[in-house]
Amino acid sequence: MATTKKYWKSTAQLDTSNEMIKSLEQNEFATPVPTEEFLGDDKAMESSSTTRRDFLKYVGFSTAAASLAACEGPVINSVPYVNQPERLIPGIANYYATTIANGYDFASVLVKTREGRPIKIEGNRDIAARGNASARVHASVLGLYDNNRLKTPLVKGKESTWSELDKEVRQQLNANAGKQIVFLTQTFASPSTAKLMEDFKAAYPNVRQVTYDTVGEDAALDAFEAKYFQRGLADYDFKDAECIVSIGADFVGDWQGGSFDTNYAQSRVPKNGKMSHHVQFESNMSLAGANADQRYPVTPTEQKQIIAALYSKVVGGSANSNLSDKVSKAVEQAAQKLRRAGSKGVVLCGLPDQGAQQLALEINEQLGSTIIDTANPILTRQGSRRAVNQLVKDMESGAVGAVFVAGVDPFYSYDDNEAFAKAWKNVPLKVSLASRLDATAEQSDYVATTPHYLESWGDVEMKKGTVSLMQPTINTLFDTRQLQDSLLVWSGSNETYKDYLKTSSTANGSSWNQSLQDGFYTATLSETSGTESEVPTINNAAALRDLGASKATGDYELVLYTKISMGDGTQANNPWLQELPDPITRTTWDNYITVSQKDADNLGIENFNVANGALDGSYAIVRMDGVERKIPAIIQPGQAVGTIGLALGYGQTSSIQEEMQTGVNAFPFFKNGRTVQSVSVEVAGGVHEFACTQLQNTMMGRDIIRETDMGTYLKGNRDEFNPMIEVSLNHIGTPVTSPDVDLWESFDRSVGHHFNMSIDLNACTGCGACVVACHAENNVPVVGKTEVRRSRDMHWLRIDRYYSSTDSFEDDESKKDGFSGLFGDNGSLGGFGELEIPADEPQVAFMPIMCQHCNHAPCETVCPVAASSHSRQGQNHMIYNRCVGTRYCANNCPYKVRRFNWFLYNGNDEFDYHMNNDLGRMVINPDVTVRSRGVMEKCSMCIQMTQMTILEAKKDGRMIEDGEFATACSNACYNGAITFGDINDKESEIFEVKQQDRMYHLLEEVGTEPNVMYQVKVRNV
Amino acid sequence: MIKKKLHLSTLQLFLASLFLVFSMMGAQAQEDATTSDAESATPVEATPSESDTSGGNATQGEALFKANCASCHKLYKKAVGPALFEVTKRHDREWLYEWIKNSAALIATGDAEALAIYNEYNQSNMNAFPGLSNQDIDNILAYTDTPKPVATTAAPVDGEAAAGGGGTSSMTNNIVLGALALVLIVLIVVLFAVNTTLKRFATANGIQTEFEEEDRTERTPIWKAFVQNQFLVLVTAIFLLLASAYFVYGALMSVGVDQGYAPVQPIHYSHRIHAGVSQIDCKYCHSSARESKHSGIPSLNVCMNCHKSIAEVADGTYQEGIEEYGIDYNKEIQKLYSATGWSEDEQAFVGEEQPVRWVRIHNLPDLAYFNHAQHVTAGNIACQTCHGPVEEMEVMYQYSPLTMGWCINCHRETNVDLAGNGYYEEIHKELSEKRGGRQLTVADLGGIECGKCHY
Repeated sequence: MATTKKYWKSTAQLDTSNEMIKSLEQNEFATPVPTEEFLGDDKAMESSSTTRRDFLKYVGFSTAAASLAACEGPVINSVPYVNQPERLIPGIANYYATTIANGYDFASVLVKTREGRPIKIEGNRDIAARGNASARVHASVLGLYDNNRLKTPLVKGKESTWSELDKEVRQQLNANAGKQIVFLTQTFASPSTAKLMEDFKAAYPNVRQVTYDTVGEDAALDAFEAKYFQRGLADYDFKDAECIVSIGADFVGDWQGGSFDTNYAQSRVPKNGKMSHHVQFESNMSLAGANADQRYPVTPTEQKQIIAALYSKVVGGSANSNLSDKVSKAVEQAAQKLRRAGSKGVVLCGLPDQGAQQLALEINEQLGSTIIDTANPILTRQGSRRAVNQLVKDMESGAVGAVFVAGVDPFYSYDDNEAFAKAWKNVPLKVSLASRLDATAEQSDYVATTPHYLESWGDVEMKKGTVSLMQPTINTLFDTRQLQDSLLVWSGSNETYKDYLKTSSTANGSSWNQSLQDGFYTATLSETSGTESEVPTINNAAALRDLGASKATGDYELVLYTKISMGDGTQANNPWLQELPDPITRTTWDNYITVSQKDADNLGIENFNVANGALDGSYAIVRMDGVERKIPAIIQPGQAVGTIGLALGYGQTSSIQEEMQTGVNAFPFFKNGRTVQSVSVEVAGGVHEFACTQLQNTMMGRDIIRETDMGTYLKGNRDEFNPMIEVSLNHIGTPVTSPDVDLWESFDRSVGHHFNMSIDLNACTGCGACVVACHAENNVPVVGKTEVRRSRDMHWLRIDRYYSSTDSFEDDESKKDGFSGLFGDNGSLGGFGELEIPADEPQVAFMPIMCQHCNHAPCETVCPVAASSHSRQGQNHMIYNRCVGTRYCANNCPYKVRRFNWFLYNGNDEFDYHMNNDLGRMVINPDVTVRSRGVMEKCSMCIQMTQMTILEAKKDGRMIEDGEFATACSNACYNGAITFGDINDKESEIFEVKQQDRMYHLLEEVGTEPNVMYQVKVRNV
Repeated sequence: MIKKKLHLSTLQLFLASLFLVFSMMGAQAQEDATTSDAESATPVEATPSESDTSGGNATQGEALFKANCASCHKLYKKAVGPALFEVTKRHDREWLYEWIKNSAALIATGDAEALAIYNEYNQSNMNAFPGLSNQDIDNILAYTDTPKPVATTAAPVDGEAAAGGGGTSSMTNNIVLGALALVLIVLIVVLFAVNTTLKRFATANGIQTEFEEEDRTERTPIWKAFVQNQFLVLVTAIFLLLASAYFVYGALMSVGVDQGYAPVQPIHYSHRIHAGVSQIDCKYCHSSARESKHSGIPSLNVCMNCHKSIAEVADGTYQEGIEEYGIDYNKEIQKLYSATGWSEDEQAFVGEEQPVRWVRIHNLPDLAYFNHAQHVTAGNIACQTCHGPVEEMEVMYQYSPLTMGWCINCHRETNVDLAGNGYYEEIHKELSEKRGGRQLTVADLGGIECGKCHY
């Protein structure tokens, strides 16, 4: 009987028509192993002079030789400095304040250097304005050690010297001085560079600068300029916000340069019974939408109507819109909330439409909003598409004699790059100032190779009134020269840019050394911004009328966005960022179109998991007047029906390492720099393999992320929103934390330090900065797409994202609790299946998970070699050199935070990321072991940092104050979601946080007594 | 009984002859030593002549010179200031009084001679010595006029001579050893002859010396008896196995333990001279041991703090180096100069810097985290605790095994020095209450937890 039973290995096997399965049943291997070919080739076998005996001899000898050679230890040399720099002590890190300004990311940062090597970026907390370091900023240190950087200047594509390049460039500049000389640059926002440009004009009067933002904010800039006569963007401080209405603006992500999430997160933590209310109308599921209290998926056309409707309700005027009842009601409610919040309310708009942007500014003005700051605008986006388009025309007509491209790559990022290429040919002198041979540099006559920002001088006025300084933290690694120095040389000056910068900064009344140490100074000289505006002005009434009457054209509306990992693609060659999971889709190494389930069904787009759990999906063809691309599609819960999303910044190939040439270039769809386009979509053949780090998208009503609404929370009954889990002891419910129900005897941790970490789910926006900071601090390897697909990613810290499968997580839970029996409407058999499918308009929650450092750790008890052990300080230790790789610990870990080194990830050609070359390895933190193959690893709660803090105190002979203990992630978390400290210090913040009624432990019922705690997420609904 | 006596006499004879031979050898060796001493001992130091033309006392002058002038001046060589030998011939004595008492004032007067020197030495001012009397200055000048001891030049200065010196000492050793071997061979021959003679005497006197026929036929040889006794075989086998296991274990455990590792360094640096004779504090050179996890091999600019003015070692030290260690210390200092690019003539760094590739002695594996500051600054542990008597080491070697067992053992046994460290105060109070008031060891504070050193 048993012999007739047929076991199947996967569901695919049940499908009898599957050819693949049929062939696999016949053969052991999918592709035949070529043994016959090899052994059957008599000629080859005979011609070989190595007999089997010889072979064995060789093996024997080489083994013996290897063991003999191993007997003698290698001689290790130490080479000290001849002249040791004064402030450098080997083994002690130095920190320098500098600023990143690569045209897309702008932030004031601190750079940690060890023995002169920058190894980590941290945010500069001293600067009030825009010091947050995002995931990309944290990862930027790796860009310094990028092997694909240019190492010398290039003349006609050949490596050359500066003297030769300068001679030829100046010669040609003089020859073409009669024509226009154009600098096509990124936004520098640099006062001294602007001044330098003016000086350059003195030498060559025909010079003009065209600023080009790869992913620009033209509409918002135009609206702001038309209203406030300065090209800039309004700044927002959400700290005291009570009502935030965002229409298509992903202000928690990259909208208008990002960096708003810190203050936003502060307003999201309930304090004194108050937290902000956030309503989001958007098409793609964005970080802002995921964090919103209420989110409405609407198309961009509807968004235009919404802003019109909102304007008419708050400011006045009539707008005829044909919004659905649900949305109109939501708009009505939003308007009410805004009116009630008054000056504490704010409206944000992400539409690429000057009218819409203008109306948003008008609404804020009408509200008298104190959240918005228009007096000191943000200056990190100043580009103008109009000017770039005009430049292409000028180049085409031959009016341009020389073009210098700096910090941008129009051959890659300009939407009509064919037209650009055609116009480019008509320019006699083409110079690229780039740090790698990007698509534009490839087409240039000269490449004046520029250094990384960590090797450069500079100043950046990110927000009007505060100038951040950029200083080199390492000597230039290669023969590079920054743009400003090149300008000085070409204009015939003997001054260095450092001196120039010093003069220009001290002219502002600041002390040079003090400013350099702080990383910024407050500008006293007001910028002259009285340039005549070329921006077309729009009448409010006309804008209202047009927006209200807007109609969708085409089948689908494509909404282009940038990922928090890749941004505009400047750092595409950065493996940390390639492997950083997208916070929403949890996909790495890819971009894709996001479609709603409904559209996917209509189009025939499928997503499915294969045998090892990895996600596969269909391709779709996206068409837009002449542009046609085959792009993989992912079904995105919460995507507005009728829209698709696509991330910019992918698909670069020029001087990008092969492994990093991922995704599809979406810039051809970025017509006129507008993020919304009309396209048609159809399904295409083929299956795309995604590499997702999370395969389970819902919590299925389980108690993982605890969530409550504001009303329940305000009632103050902890049992209602954060109940203590009870287990049965002699049939009496006993709290799981009680020692009576504990199997284990506890360590005494009352003396010394006992570290705890708290993660506030209200403040966590899912931005991923902590993940990259952890990578940098702990030498976490990059494993590549195929390994991620096998769930072998090495992130010590992951941010789980969950969708609700009904309208809210609470409904999920009640649905699960309502199950009775196996079958029927309330049957658990079908019910659990339903709970696995995210809703079309789901709630979203993020949960950062790292090793929970359990006091009663399940991993420790199963390790046969005691490689996992506990400390009195609460940290769960992982001793790599003891580990024999049984992986029992990972199996026994309820949080699944242990990572196994399946391969040697450093110095291995199969994993050709930064740890495979000497340059890339310079980023490695010398205080943390680089793990080898076959050992387990996991979050150590940055024991190297806590130990260093303790040692510093011991050296000084003092007690440790609260706030001194930190981990890489708690340092990186600008949103205040991660609090870390010593729980034995009763004055500490962590002690206070632990007493909060929102505090709970993950999977408390398991009895692991973690040292990481979470704070219940409160939604303001 | 007789046989025993006979034995004794042989032994006595042997001992006696041995004594004779050794005393002979000793005498010879001594003779060697004295001759070699005589060759090199003479030129140690030229004593300053007591009387001088100007009536200065050179002996007193020497003391004054060493106290006041030696940091910048040398007798026969340019240092920060000019070489002072025969300075009295170059300058007028009255002028010298003025110059030494206050050179700046002399320069200010516009004195041509003074200005010339001032400009020659990069306009760096010489300290004023108003406290020196004319008599003191005379004494110093008397000392500076002491001619360079000629005999020093006779002693080997350059490399060939040094090698020769090393060669002679090893040659005498070889001769001694050869003689010793010869004597031993003679001894064996003598003993053999004595033995045969005695035997002949015995047979002549009718004393039985051979016991062969009757006993030997009955007895089984001892090895056969041993093999037949199974118990003994078993016991011996077990014993041998245990013994070999013990040694194999020891040998295996010492794999990777480089205790005593004393590699040859690119520059022969003597800790004995610096830390021992000169009493320089370890942390003067290894300053980062106070702050950092690395003790830090000193950068060469630290060496040059002193060695700018110490281009040659004292003659006594020099001879010691040649004789005991076969090292020309002055040549080693020259290596330092060429690495830093220091020019003695110009008294400036002019050459190309060439970092020195020292051979690392203490190689802790990467998997273990060790912090010097933790032990030196926080723990108040003397460097010698782990590094041994460095001040006696001519060639630095690894004193401790640096094994984990060695670390842990110390952490178990060492009481933490808590006094005066604000960090430990509270933790100590609480912990020692729990431990019944006893002193706390590092282990009590969590010093043997795995993750404290492995991360």
